Formats: sequence, C-alpha cells, structure tokens
Amino acid sequence: MGRSLYRKVWDAHTVTTLADGRTQLFIGLHLVHEVTSPQAFAALDELGLAVAYPQRTFATVDHIVPTDTLARPLADSLAEGMLAALEANTARHGIAYFGVGDARQGIVHVIGPELGLTQPGMTICCGDSHTSTHGAFGALAFGIGTSQVRDVLATQTLALEPLKVRRVQIDGALGAGVYAKDVILHVIRTLGVKGGVGFAYEFAGSTVDAMSMEERMTLCNMSIEGGARVGYCNPDATTFAWLRGRAHAPTGTAWDAAVGAWEAVASDADAVYDDVVHVDAAAIRPTVTWGINPGQAMGIDEAIPTASDVPASERGTWQDALDYMGVTAGAPIAGTRVDVAFIGSCTNSRLSDLREVARHVQGHKVRDGVTALVVPGSWDVARQAEAEGLPAIFEAAGFQWRQPGCSMCLAMNPDKLVGDQLCASSSNRNFKGRQGSARGRTVLMSPVMVAAAAIAGEVADARSVFAGSLGDGASTRGGEA
Amino acid sequence: MKLGQPIPTVVGRGVFVPGDDIDTDRIIPARFMKCVTFDGLGAYAFHDERFREDGSSKGHPLDAAAHAGASVLVSGRNFGCGSSREHAPQALYRFGLRAVLAPSFAEIFAGNCTTLGIVCGVVGADDADAIGAAVTAEPGAVLTLDVAGGRVALGDRNWPMALPASTREALLSGRWDPLQELAEQAAAVSRVARALPYAAWTGLDGAEVSRG
Repeated sequence: MGRSLYRKVWDAHTVTTLADGRTQLFIGLHLVHEVTSPQAFAALDELGLAVAYPQRTFATVDHIVPTDTLARPLADSLAEGMLAALEANTARHGIAYFGVGDARQGIVHVIGPELGLTQPGMTICCGDSHTSTHGAFGALAFGIGTSQVRDVLATQTLALEPLKVRRVQIDGALGAGVYAKDVILHVIRTLGVKGGVGFAYEFAGSTVDAMSMEERMTLCNMSIEGGARVGYCNPDATTFAWLRGRAHAPTGTAWDAAVGAWEAVASDADAVYDDVVHVDAAAIRPTVTWGINPGQAMGIDEAIPTASDVPASERGTWQDALDYMGVTAGAPIAGTRVDVAFIGSCTNSRLSDLREVARHVQGHKVRDGVTALVVPGSWDVARQAEAEGLPAIFEAAGFQWRQPGCSMCLAMNPDKLVGDQLCASSSNRNFKGRQGSARGRTVLMSPVMVAAAAIAGEVADARSVFAGSLGDGASTRGGEA
Repeated sequence: MKLGQPIPTVVGRGVFVPGDDIDTDRIIPARFMKCVTFDGLGAYAFHDERFREDGSSKGHPLDAAAHAGASVLVSGRNFGCGSSREHAPQALYRFGLRAVLAPSFAEIFAGNCTTLGIVCGVVGADDADAIGAAVTAEPGAVLTLDVAGGRVALGDRNWPMALPASTREALLSGRWDPLQELAEQAAAVSRVARALPYAAWTGLDGAEVSRG
C-alpha cells in the first residue's frame, strides 16, 4: 500500500513516541520573525539553554516594518524594541538574520522559497500560521506557537499528533480572470473554515499540476483558513526548475541526489488517504468574501447568502457578519464602495502577482478617494519588479509603490484602516479588526480583483473592468512568464 | 528544567462568550502583540469586543461584575481559529482563565493551550449552550472539569467532556510542557537528522555549510 508525501516526511523525521503518545518530530528548517520569537528566546535564556541547530534556523523581520522608510530607530518605540530584541537574540545565538537593510529581507514566507531554504521533503516550522505556504514545494510546513518556537530552538523537535490527509483533487482549466486565490477561496467556501481541522490538505489534480510555484504557494498559504494546519503539493519538474540555482539549493552532484530524493518523497500513485474531495476548476468564478471569515465567500456575480442559504448552525455567524460588514442578504457584493485597496501579503505579493496586475492596470486610474497600495513581498521581488518597470506602471495608475513587509495584512506596522473603512485586499484574513481598525472591514480577493476594485471605486468584476486585457480568450494564468 | 504539575481537574466559575469561529484576532488584536514579553496581555483579552474606541465598556460578559474571577470560558465551535499567535492563550491565561469549553477548537490554538496547561474541553454544541446558559443564570456556581473522568459538573448536572488522548495524558501526568522530554532525546535527534535525505547539503551531517 502506497504512502502519501505527508506520511513519508512524517516517518523520516520521527525521533520517538513520547510518554503521552505524541510523536517527537525533527524540524528541518526553522524560520523566525520578530513577533512570535522574543518570549521564546527569553525562555531559553531563563533555562540556560542554547539553540540546538542554529545552522537550520533563519530569521527575518516582516510584521512590524514600515513600508515607507527604513530609518532607525523606528518611529514606533514598541516596534523598535521588537526589532532590537530579534537583532540581539539572533546575534547571541549565531542565527542567520536578514534584517532591515539586508537585500534578502522580506515576508518570511516569501523569502524562504526565494532563497531556496524551502525544499521538498523537509519539515518546516515558523511561529506563524501561514507557514503552510512552504507546502507548495512538497514540504510538511506548519505554524507553531511561541512555546513551540522555544522547543524548536532548544531541541529542533516538536511534540505533535499526526494529521489525517485529505486529497483535494482539482481538475480542469481555470476561466479568464480566475486565479489560485479564487481556487483556495472556493475550496474554503466549499469545505468550510473548520472543515480541515485535524487534516493536512494535499492539493493535486490537473489544475494544480499546471500551476506555477507562486500559484501553488497562494493555494497552500490559505490552507489554515480552512482549518488545515498543513497544505502541500507534490514536488514535480516545476518545483525543481524553480529551485535550481537559488542561494541555498544544492549544487553539482548534490543537486542530482536532491532531485532523486525529492521525486521519491511525492505521494505514491496508490497512496491511501483519509478523505478525497473533487473540485471542478471550470466552475470557479472570481471569488470574494462578504463576511468576517474566509469561508464567507461568494462568486462575484452571486448574491450575498440569505438566511435560507445558510445552515441553522451557521446563522449566528452569518447575522454577525452582515451586521459588521454593513451588507445586505440577497444583494450583490459588486458595487460595494471601497476606501482602500491593498495588494500584498504572504498570499499574493510575489513577482507574478505584480506582473499580472501591472498588465491590466495600464491605461487605467485608481478612483478618486481610494487609497491603493502595492507592497512587494520581499526586496528581491521589489528589485525584479523595478527592473521590469512595474512601479512606474502602478504609480501612473495611481497606486502607491511601497517597501516590502506584511503591511496591511495585519496592520502591525503604520499601514492601517481607519474607522469602518472597507478594504479590497489580496491578503488572507477578513476577521473583525484584522486590518488595524476595530471597525475596519476586509473583502478578500485576488490581486487583479483588488486592482479592479481600486479603479472602479467599488467591488467589481475584473472581467468587466479589464475587459480589454482580460476578455474571453485572453491569457489569464498568474504564473511566471 | 522542570515538569509541570498534573492537572486532574479545573474547578472554577464560568463565563459564557457565545459565537462560533471566534478567531485569534478577536481574542487578542494584533496591535497588542507589539511586546517582547507576554506580561500584561490579560488586559487586552477580547479587547475590541469589550471596549469601544473611546475606551468605554460595551458590557461584555468578561467585564460583568458577577463574572469577575471566572476561570472557565464557555464558547462556540472552532474556537481560536486563525493565527498561531500564542499571545491568544497567553492573554486568556493572564486574564485568569484556566480552561475553555467549546464544541470544537482550532488545532494550533488547542496545542498552544495544552503547552500552557490550559484545558480545552470539547463538549457537545447543545451542551455548550446549556453550560453557557447555566453559568450566565448562576454566575456564582462552580464548574468542575474532571480531566480523568471526562465530565463537566455544575451542581447536580453534568455533561461529557472530551480531550484528545495524548492531551489528557499530558495534563494528568504533568507533561503538558514537553520541553524536558524533548531535550532528553538529543542523541536520537542527532541520529534522525544525520539520516535525512537532505542532511548532506544542509549541514545536518556535521559538515559546515556556508550560511546567511
């Protein structure tokens, strides 16, 4: 009987079974950032422990960095304190640190893959739930709490229960204006925000096979929004081509050995799954959220659910969402006024996202009264975008071109909503207050849909706003050129 | 390093915060995570649910005088969904809560709670509502969570309470903080690391690999 990638990677990293029955699992790569690590380092110091595997630990700063200046000290003294703590902790423990001013700095889930640190068959952890992003490479990657960050720092292992594995089989071609973001919003909408609790999601099928690495990262990134702590794609030629030549990728004979090992870690054709679900890619429309969790999503041409559309058990959250968002059951979401447009985050801030947006916004102008930001995921993304002239295109269309960071995804830096502003956002969470204002409202969508909303001044169908460049038959793949 | 104390029971008064899918941003808004210690986070637990922007109280159950000192939070499905931030259970703990009863929990949140010795007891959806109604009607009544027996009792009423087997064992044995056990395996960890397919090109086989 064949094994899934999940099972193979789990088995290869298993150290022992602990007294309470949990598995002690070795962690091949530990990524660290400023928000969830200071207390872990403090605990280590209190216990007099060293970092066990500093050579497998890499740190950067992303959540709190401003996107308009690199000047130190940061204007926000609390943020400066976090930054200083990370600098001191990484220096003291001999951990590689990509800090402010370093050409490699960026959102942790963008730079891990970019530097070739993220590789197939690894276990990868970070004190951040969107660590599932790295699963795009066929890694077993998941978010952990700060006590677990401490455990990994001290021992390079974790105490864990294995997950069940659900194969999410997605087949068919995506329509014009439909992207990986729409696919994952559709999957979460279908399976529910708690449908994945206890599961790892294996994304497979012809749609996934045809996706670029960047699209697969978008897909895996939001696994956790469906309750699945882990999401992954099986590694293939696309994966290997993407990794080749990256700073931390193996070279020479090690490269050949690596490719052999990576091919072997993919799920066997006869692998056994705890569950299999099928998704028809052709049925997916440009998808946006209307509520206060990522499962409260709808096709752009559908109506906001009415009470009879919602199971009785979800009606409380449905009513709460209608009240909070100020939207009307049965009404379209298209036409909802937008105050802010945000293109960025670990979900959608990579070069292909920016290229695709730039391709469509040429000749258009952001509507008066809308603040529109483009925040690249890393300095590497920013440099490449600059080399291709993308910032000039964004600025000509009325978007602000900012410096890399998490920015308005969770608003721990100065980029925040004010009052009950509504933001069309390419990020991953539309929770109440997520974008920095306790009354702020978020509508999640693909970067191209965010651009369409910015230009229309309201939630809009990108297929109409960009009819010239996104009409039927136009190439719409979000992948690398 | 030290082992924790066994947690066979949690005994305390309850407070009901109804609603499904209560996410970690609601439990602790991100702007309060700009800190290098968890001290003081208790004041910000559920901050935006409890206070208006001008700082006035919204009359949240956590602020009701009758519920002051409650240590068991009762809530809805998928409690703690969203972020992996341990700031969420840390805020609840520092607010004074020692257990959460809900029909289901987000996985990372529940794991973070166990590591802190917070009991996440799974109760039926109807039972959660019943317990919530009971503690709301009788804020002074004391709940007893029996970890070993898998029951929640309030006066002469009681309800089944489930925990994952390993969590139950960890709480009962005092091994809910696994660090010491993990650290004892250093030699076995090294053997596993050296045998990994990627050991050769990542330095896990003992060879120096240039970094940074």
